[in-house]
Amino acid sequence: MDHQMDHKMDHDTRPAERWIKPYGDTLDDGRVQLSFTLPVALDDNSKEAARRLALAMGLDEPAVSHAQDMGQGFSFYVVYGQCRHRVDLSTIKVAKPEFEVLDKDTIDALIAEKMGRKLVVVGACIETDAHTVGIDAIMNMKGYNGHKGLESYHQVRAINLGAQVDSEDLVARAIEERADVILVSQVVTQKNIHLDNLTRLGDILEAEGLREEVILVVGGPRITHELAKELGYDAGFGPGSYAENVASFAIDEWIRRHGAHGQGATT
Amino acid sequence: MAELQLDGAQISRARESARRIARRVYDEMSGNTTTTVERATLRLMGIDGVDDNGVPLPNRVVDSLRAGGLLAHGAALLVAGAMAEQGLSAQQVAQGIADGALSLTRPDNSHAAREVASAEARRMCDHIARQRAVRAERIDATAQARSPWLYLIVATGNIHEDIVQARAAAEQGADVVAVIRSTGQSLLDYVPHGATTEGFGGTYATQENFRLMRAALDEVGARVGRYIRLTNYASGLCMPEIAAMGAMERLDMMLNDSMYGIIFRDINMQRTFIDQFFSRMVNGYAGIIINTGEDNYLTTADAVDAAHTVLASQLINEQFALLSGLTPELMGLGHAFEIDPGLENGFLWELAHAQLVRQVFPQACLKYMPPTRHMTGNIFRGHVQDALFNVVSTVTGQNIHLLGMMTEAIHTPFIQDRYLAIENARYVFGTMRDLHSEVEFKRGGRIERRAQQVLAEAEAMLAEVEKIGLPAAIGRGTFADISRKPDGGKGLDGVLAKADDYFNPFPGLMLKAA
Repeated sequence: MDHQMDHKMDHDTRPAERWIKPYGDTLDDGRVQLSFTLPVALDDNSKEAARRLALAMGLDEPAVSHAQDMGQGFSFYVVYGQCRHRVDLSTIKVAKPEFEVLDKDTIDALIAEKMGRKLVVVGACIETDAHTVGIDAIMNMKGYNGHKGLESYHQVRAINLGAQVDSEDLVARAIEERADVILVSQVVTQKNIHLDNLTRLGDILEAEGLREEVILVVGGPRITHELAKELGYDAGFGPGSYAENVASFAIDEWIRRHGAHGQGATT
Repeated sequence: MAELQLDGAQISRARESARRIARRVYDEMSGNTTTTVERATLRLMGIDGVDDNGVPLPNRVVDSLRAGGLLAHGAALLVAGAMAEQGLSAQQVAQGIADGALSLTRPDNSHAAREVASAEARRMCDHIARQRAVRAERIDATAQARSPWLYLIVATGNIHEDIVQARAAAEQGADVVAVIRSTGQSLLDYVPHGATTEGFGGTYATQENFRLMRAALDEVGARVGRYIRLTNYASGLCMPEIAAMGAMERLDMMLNDSMYGIIFRDINMQRTFIDQFFSRMVNGYAGIIINTGEDNYLTTADAVDAAHTVLASQLINEQFALLSGLTPELMGLGHAFEIDPGLENGFLWELAHAQLVRQVFPQACLKYMPPTRHMTGNIFRGHVQDALFNVVSTVTGQNIHLLGMMTEAIHTPFIQDRYLAIENARYVFGTMRDLHSEVEFKRGGRIERRAQQVLAEAEAMLAEVEKIGLPAAIGRGTFADISRKPDGGKGLDGVLAKADDYFNPFPGLMLKAA
């Protein structure tokens, strides 16, 4: 019952504190599992080192449940422990694009009504990124996981440029197609190459004077909306996003920029 | 496992269609060469190194010949002409061109030039044949790995770090180590030089990197008592050059597909068809197992709907490989375990597809790829998906088994991801070792009917492709739902018609031997 109290607002409208920590089989036992490799051969000392590392990570009563030598001076550990830390859920507000996710037909109808023309989306995996899984899932007819892609939307003109597209080429194509939305996918994030790529695209758009014109969206397995905003993008979509998420955001953002009655409709 | 009942005449019809499809492309392309075929030829004549600006000498020579309107005669002929007339080595000729001290002209004595080129080519062919013999001796000297061979990937971007991980993988039980290439290399129209330590999502394919990794795997292989096979990528805009480098440095496998670059990297199809022929010829002569990329179709198209496109493409890849002199044992035809885990009986369809491919290509060195498309951040479910993949691989007798990583959807594998993947595969392969000979497919059952259906669809698809020709079929998005046009894509500017006196010493030597 105390839990329900936690949800109520304080009289000064601050939400009540709501401290949480990991759950194993008893509330607040803090039980967590982790696994890692140490760059040393397995022996009693390395096992103790694994335990102490867990301790240093903030785990009480750490126990090495499995340890194995992997050859070449590496050893693998599975460790359980009790997390000392807790967080106050009531203080957390994750940035996410504020829009309602609509279904395909509603999106098509909204575009037709507000824009009076098709929404033009140009998408690509930029620079060295060769992984089209993400951009294809959002843009291609078939879509992903039963969610049709943007190509299947009657009111969207979806142009998927595919993999390894230079930022310059993407921007040139966006100008040529009078794109409303530029959608970029970044899958490879080794050595943070995606940050360089995304910054570069943003800079080129800025230099072309287009940054305010287009709705700039990035997606990928390591992308969050927060990261996207930091990089100067309008939205970021991570795992579990489908075409309707992107399209809903795009039309919502377009309406916001052009006024609810579509006076901004051009062409 | 007792075999599925399949219509042998239907398989023959599909194969004949594929033969005619490949032959037509081959005939249409045989009057052309490409800049990278010519550069590969120069590399095989012993030209290596870079100029002061880091431009590879094979590029300098080919660019200079092209600018002089001479490339259509064949780079080998022109370089050999200068060698004959001036008493220089091929490398000295290339250096002379790069220094601006030498410019090539059509040889006065073209017979002498051909003789010199052929002598250089024979010397290289002898070297490659020796490498092939070394491989055979080392494999004979140790126990041949039981198939499926465990195929593992390293991809740190730094060749020295790759070596550490590859050694660990070999000690843990890997039979094959593949060094993933830096993302983007497929679109470079030159091959980087030297040992490299900076790559993204992989490590640059360079001849020095090949040499370093080969030496490391030989060393660890001797220690663990197995020959560890080394894999890289003869693909992209420099497909023939990378094949040449791999042949020289005794790589054992090369990813090498007749259509992958066209479809997935938007490389021009004329360029690819010409390049794949030369590169496969080199691979065949060197005894290098090619790995084809049909698994990729299932990353964009649905694995159930598009199962027949995999089989049809494998049949086409087989025929292109035969034209290049590759024997069936060197054909690592690719396919994959990519059906949506949420689909009821999906495992049955995976079994049907894998067994079908096994029976259609009984001698091929089949390469079976793990789930990727439906892998998520849930590593625990991912480990189970990989275990099911391991089951299908062992009970259908696949040959090259690319180990699935439970962290597939998250990052390039950690060292423990590889370790756990090997443990998973060894467990399944061991505990199910002889299951295939103990159970039979139910006659007329779901699995058999599914395989028959995929075969019938592949036959029909090939008949259709044959009718319109392969380029037009690719234009229609027949494979992976991606459409490419004959004059589109990257690298078309590197295609040129051969002159009447075009000369290249390698086809005569390498195809004859095959």
